[in-house]
Amino acid sequence: MLDLLRKLGHTAIDAIWRLGYAGRFFFLTLIGSGSSFRRFHLIIREIYYTGVRSLIIIVVSGLFVGMVLALQGYETLQRYGSSSALGVLVALALVRELGPVVSALLFASRAGSAITAEIGLMKATEQLSAMEMMAVDPIARVVAPRFWSGVISLPLLTAIFNAMGIFGGYLIGVVLIGVDEGSFWSQMQAGVDFREDIMNGVIKSFVFGIAVTLIAVFEGYDSPPTAEGVSGATTRTVVTSSLIILILDFVLTSFMFRGV
Amino acid sequence: MPPENFLEIRDLNFAYDKRPILRGINMSIQKGQVIAIMGGSGCGKTTLLKLIGGQIRPTQGHVIFDGKIIHELGRNDLYKTRRKMGMLFQFGALFTDLSVYDNVAFQMREHTDLPESLIRDLVLMKLDAVGLRGARDLMPNELSGGMARRVALARTIALDPMLIMYDEPFTGLDPISLGVIGNLIRKLNDALGASSIVVTHDVQESLQIVDYVYFVSEGVIVAHGTPDEIRSSKTPFVHQFIHGEIDGPVPFHYPSPPYFEDLQLESPHA
Repeated sequence: MLDLLRKLGHTAIDAIWRLGYAGRFFFLTLIGSGSSFRRFHLIIREIYYTGVRSLIIIVVSGLFVGMVLALQGYETLQRYGSSSALGVLVALALVRELGPVVSALLFASRAGSAITAEIGLMKATEQLSAMEMMAVDPIARVVAPRFWSGVISLPLLTAIFNAMGIFGGYLIGVVLIGVDEGSFWSQMQAGVDFREDIMNGVIKSFVFGIAVTLIAVFEGYDSPPTAEGVSGATTRTVVTSSLIILILDFVLTSFMFRGV
Repeated sequence: MPPENFLEIRDLNFAYDKRPILRGINMSIQKGQVIAIMGGSGCGKTTLLKLIGGQIRPTQGHVIFDGKIIHELGRNDLYKTRRKMGMLFQFGALFTDLSVYDNVAFQMREHTDLPESLIRDLVLMKLDAVGLRGARDLMPNELSGGMARRVALARTIALDPMLIMYDEPFTGLDPISLGVIGNLIRKLNDALGASSIVVTHDVQESLQIVDYVYFVSEGVIVAHGTPDEIRSSKTPFVHQFIHGEIDGPVPFHYPSPPYFEDLQLESPHA
């Protein structure tokens, strides 16, 4: 019993200590960000690796999520004779919830894991130590550009996901099922508020971008310099990011959409 | 005038948690010297390089480099001091996402405002010094172990450091590459007017190129001297080490209970 309590205590202390370490790491990343913005090509290069290379998974997933939404939405709406509201249903579901959340989950597993593995391997092969010995701060040179590339990429990927989702909904709803095209688009235009719906979705994806990329760079930087260490860190990035995205989504949604 | 000591290590102690790694290390290195630090695996040689580079702090004692106590320097001053040092890591530690050319140019781009045309000339000169000017466009994964080590050496000397540290530079190299690296260590040190510290356990190669040798065992310096003094040393540890004897002060067997007792057999002498 005492052992169990001791273990529990150790786990809690470790978790708090690590949280503090992550906070300090975040602070150092922000301080080191100045040089990244002065040499913006470093961030552009990382946006290519994290953002552009995630495009295919985002485009295909967005299309299919939109198509499924239209199928399910039509099925329900037609029972109440409101199938013309299909456009607004698809759009609201995407811009408020599914777009930011699903994009962030996909981004965490596609780009987050890659960032962790890359930084972890750089540490294991002494590249980060070599950089330090060359009087170059690895947090400013390696971590900060990757962090900002994620923060910039995710909202853009979410916008593409949403656009593809709406296009998928249009394909199924209008082209396949035959919902009236005029009411599909006009109801969507009338029912979606720019500030309440779209901007709140953008804020969500921005917050998710910070969370996912911070977890990815931190896990990589903090990973034990062994093959096992790097693989464990990569797994932790995907698991922790996914949980944090869903928890943050609940918190943000409860503040943003309170039945107004 | 006596020769100038520009690296002094005084009464240096270091421990991980409470496990002592280095105890009472004293060394001095003069300008132009190449010294070797030898000892078995895990005796604290690499830790000593990390202490000199300020990557870890000593628990007692200090390292003075270029007139400054390393562990007392603030972050900015430490980074400024490190620009005068170069370190070759055990397996090169080349940046795998950059080409050979960009690896060598890395420090020049980070620390200077030199125009790209001048950087190009400097990079090609450094690569020529290690014989790899023609390999400038290759990526690190296209290089052999020896070539990677030479590129890393070119990167180490990119900004003409005053002190060059080598962490096990001969590990895993074929005899030709080993000779090439050994030769380069001496030639580059003399050409740059720098000083070098070579951490190694390759006795034959290093005794040919260095001016002075320190032997470290279990965290203390057990012997030191010129290569000739070391070759003729009567110290049991040094003798065992340079002749590669399997048993001696460094025992073959890890501490264990008597053999027959362990196998639960009767001793033949009983």
